[in-house]
Amino acid sequence: MTRDTGVEHPPARRPPAGADDGVVFEARDVRKVYHMGEVDVHALRGVDLDLSTGEFMVLLGPSGSGKSTLLNILGGLDVPTSGTVRYLGHDLTEDDDRALTRFRREHVGFVFQFYNLVPSLTARENVALVTEIARSPMRPDEALALVDLEDRLNHFPAQLSGGEQQRVAIARAIAKRPDVLLCDEPTGALDVETGVVVLEAIERANRELGTTTAVITHNAVIADMADRVVSLSGGLVSNVRLNETSVAARELKW
Amino acid sequence: MSLRALDRKMLRDLINMRGQATAICLVMACGLATFVMSLVMLDSLERTLNAYYEGHRFPHVFAHMERAPMALRERIAAIPGVARVETRVVEQVTLDMPGLAEPAVGRLISIPERRRPELCRLYLRAGRYPERGGRREVLVSDAFADAHALRVGDRVRAILNGRLDELHVVGIALSPEYIYQIKPGDVLPDPLRFGVFWIPEPELAAAFDMEGAFNDVLCSLRAGGSAAEVITRLDRLIDPYGSLGAYDRDDQISHEFVTNEIRELKGTAVVAPIIFLFVAAFLLNVVISRLVTTQREQIAALKALGYGRREIGNHYLKLVGVILVVSVLLGGGAGLWMASGLTALYAQFFHFPVLEMHVEPRVLVLAAAVSGLAGYGATATAVRRAMRLPPAEAMRPAPPPVYRPTILERSGLQHLLSPAARMILRQLERRPLKAALSCLGIAMGAAVLVLGAFMEDAVDYAMELQFEVVQRHELTATFVDTRGPEALAEIRHLPGAGHVEPFRGVAVRLRAEHRSRRVGIMGLEPAGELFNVTDLDGKAIPLPDEGLVLSTKLGEILDVRVGDPVTVEVLEGKRAVRRMAVGALVSDFQGVSAYMNRRALNRVLDEGPRISGVFVDADPVAHATLFRRMKEMPMVAAVTLKDAALQSFRDTMGEMIMRMRAFNIGFAVIIAFGVVYNSARISLAERSRELATLRVIGFTRAEISMIQLGELAILTLLGIPLGLVIGFAFAWMTTNAFDTELFRIPLVVERSTYASAATVVLVAAAISGFVVRRMLDRLDLVAVLKSRE
Repeated sequence: MTRDTGVEHPPARRPPAGADDGVVFEARDVRKVYHMGEVDVHALRGVDLDLSTGEFMVLLGPSGSGKSTLLNILGGLDVPTSGTVRYLGHDLTEDDDRALTRFRREHVGFVFQFYNLVPSLTARENVALVTEIARSPMRPDEALALVDLEDRLNHFPAQLSGGEQQRVAIARAIAKRPDVLLCDEPTGALDVETGVVVLEAIERANRELGTTTAVITHNAVIADMADRVVSLSGGLVSNVRLNETSVAARELKW
Repeated sequence: MSLRALDRKMLRDLINMRGQATAICLVMACGLATFVMSLVMLDSLERTLNAYYEGHRFPHVFAHMERAPMALRERIAAIPGVARVETRVVEQVTLDMPGLAEPAVGRLISIPERRRPELCRLYLRAGRYPERGGRREVLVSDAFADAHALRVGDRVRAILNGRLDELHVVGIALSPEYIYQIKPGDVLPDPLRFGVFWIPEPELAAAFDMEGAFNDVLCSLRAGGSAAEVITRLDRLIDPYGSLGAYDRDDQISHEFVTNEIRELKGTAVVAPIIFLFVAAFLLNVVISRLVTTQREQIAALKALGYGRREIGNHYLKLVGVILVVSVLLGGGAGLWMASGLTALYAQFFHFPVLEMHVEPRVLVLAAAVSGLAGYGATATAVRRAMRLPPAEAMRPAPPPVYRPTILERSGLQHLLSPAARMILRQLERRPLKAALSCLGIAMGAAVLVLGAFMEDAVDYAMELQFEVVQRHELTATFVDTRGPEALAEIRHLPGAGHVEPFRGVAVRLRAEHRSRRVGIMGLEPAGELFNVTDLDGKAIPLPDEGLVLSTKLGEILDVRVGDPVTVEVLEGKRAVRRMAVGALVSDFQGVSAYMNRRALNRVLDEGPRISGVFVDADPVAHATLFRRMKEMPMVAAVTLKDAALQSFRDTMGEMIMRMRAFNIGFAVIIAFGVVYNSARISLAERSRELATLRVIGFTRAEISMIQLGELAILTLLGIPLGLVIGFAFAWMTTNAFDTELFRIPLVVERSTYASAATVVLVAAAISGFVVRRMLDRLDLVAVLKSRE
């Protein structure tokens, strides 16, 4: 199932996982400490991680393992307490707020567990939020067609089911044709059936648009979709697993 | 789809919070409306006044005397600093107006023949100038003409120098001297009973034996000329001719009233807008802070999508901007509308050829700037918080707010409190500043109500004091000249006359070191009953055997205290100069006065038991006859009737006060409702989840309403007494602001004023409570619980 998006895309490239060439993200000894009132929370205790171009990576771990923190740092939403994060060789930890904003605007698509749609905007307008500020975006209706929501353009989030809302969020994330797509528990609030539909949309973005993708989940089943599965626990990488063959989203069951 | 998505969000957010936004717009618009109204009126009045003064040559120095030879005119013109001089004959006459039982007072002013007056040129509204040789052709002041529906061709009966005569109205005119046309000594203009007439000089001079002489002089100054120096030199020249002393514009009664009004407008332009803008700013602060808190995840998402700090900031600034723009349009429009109404009202008091509402664009720009300052000042912190919100942190649900047991509970009284009461108290204690500000906002509503009604209380009180306690007489007759005791007997014998008491009034200049003031000393019977000197509390101040009783204000002007000496320069008769002690100071509310024991005054004047007039107590049934008989007496120059004065005061002030009151109530209701409604909405937004949870676990609607409305009730109940206190403070500030030589407002706030202020706020709170209750009843439990806070 392919769609003509009107723009040429490089074919999806799936380099062998762990290859040194085409590294998008390079995180080294990343640590993050939160000060919560009187206690310090060590969310990350020295994480090393690479993410390659076009790769589909799943970050697996229980709550509190630091996976969201790591994803936020990769996406420039947060800065580590120490350590370095390079994006295509550029050190993000050196960037100020303005540079990080530009980085997110130009390169990163985010999908969150609770969708984070603007409730006062329709599906189309939520996507337009991105297309209006991106450099060479799709049209909002195109992006929504990619997630099979072409007939829900003018619905407000409150008029959409959870799965539909998450697909709007995915459309919003991919409409800018991001270089990386970062998804934080995208199916966390959804049932299996809906979750699969959402994962298919992410999968398509990865396969068809060649977007480097990282998905956070605590659901081990989803990990089968990935090229590579990185497990986090207690703020450290506890295990890295390469999937010889990845399972298509529609075949997942949990 | 030209509107950007973020702007759509902004507009829809606004629509979503339309109730609150409307309340804020209204409160801010009230402030801006008063601001615009005052400034527009100020501009209009000042421009009109300056143009009128310039165009019609309003003088700088004035003097009145008994009779000076025409030759003096040249010497006056030669005084250094004097630009122009005009000499006139000015005489007071009694008028017999149809439909008016009591006599009216007419002031006849001469106008030169064959030329226009050098100073105080007239504006002819209708008709023509009197012709030479015409018999008793006069111009009449438009206020008097309007009051009596006089038209060109009408005749007015007047007693000129003891002879009944007829004045022929050939024109209706206005003079810059009588913009505020008031009889000296009156509090308010009474156009029915006081009129100004202009008549050719030869005729007036002939009627009053003033040929080749004048008794009134006007001077204008050259650029850089000093009024004080001219007055000194002029006084020296006119002193031998029975002068009452020269004075400058500050003592010219019409000018004094107009400039007093200008001063009051300046006060209004500052005080009222500050109150309203403070409340509006507070509401904006609360609403926008809340909005940013509610939207923290949306803000985080926008940041994740690549929106920068500035774009987020602009987004909220635009939202505030829309509220401000609407407020400015609303307030500006209302201000202009109020100004046009006030212009019409002013036209009844101030007689200008044309009083046009003049709108300087700068006023509207200033209003916009003020609202911008208030609005953006109030929301800057919240907007900055939105801009700086760390997106990763904002993505996570906010930590539960930190609650602590309240003081009440820590002090061991927890068993007295239901869980609901604890929730209310903890909420209040957790955000003490917000609670305090809400309370203060509600208080402002009550305070504005007190302030609005206080003016009426104060005026009522002052009127009652003046007409019931001070002036116990029904009529006052003033004689043409001073008379002996036989005049008193003559009046006593009039049918219907009850108790009659004499008085002796004399014009003097009081001096204390370099400070001086022209006033009239009123010599009263020491044990008199018909005129009581009282202070603002109505407490009688007994007249000392010797020495002066001065208005506290006059004491301030002269910087003298009880026991201090003052020099009294009598400005008539033998022009005695005496040193006297200040026997007492009396805080009164109108003008500046000096009182003495009449006999002591007679001694100071080195005269016998002379009197200038009488106070008469009369049976109301006999009033009409008494007036007629008194105005027929040649020795009587003027008769004033207390009831007529009171009635005229009520007529003129009544409308003004009613309008001000209506505006004030409207404003206060807007403030009270705006604050209460906003507080209720905000706390509902903050609590809906908590309340929904309570509903789910079995609380009834009534019980959760108790929690929600309990907070509102506590804030309202605390706010009302606070507001009454603040209202009293505002009233006190107002009495200080109005503490001029013309008026002092007594600080009197009636209990009914407090009661009605409290009631209005309670009603506003009840309506807001009702609205919130309906929202609670419709609370969608499932939706609220499903959504993340």
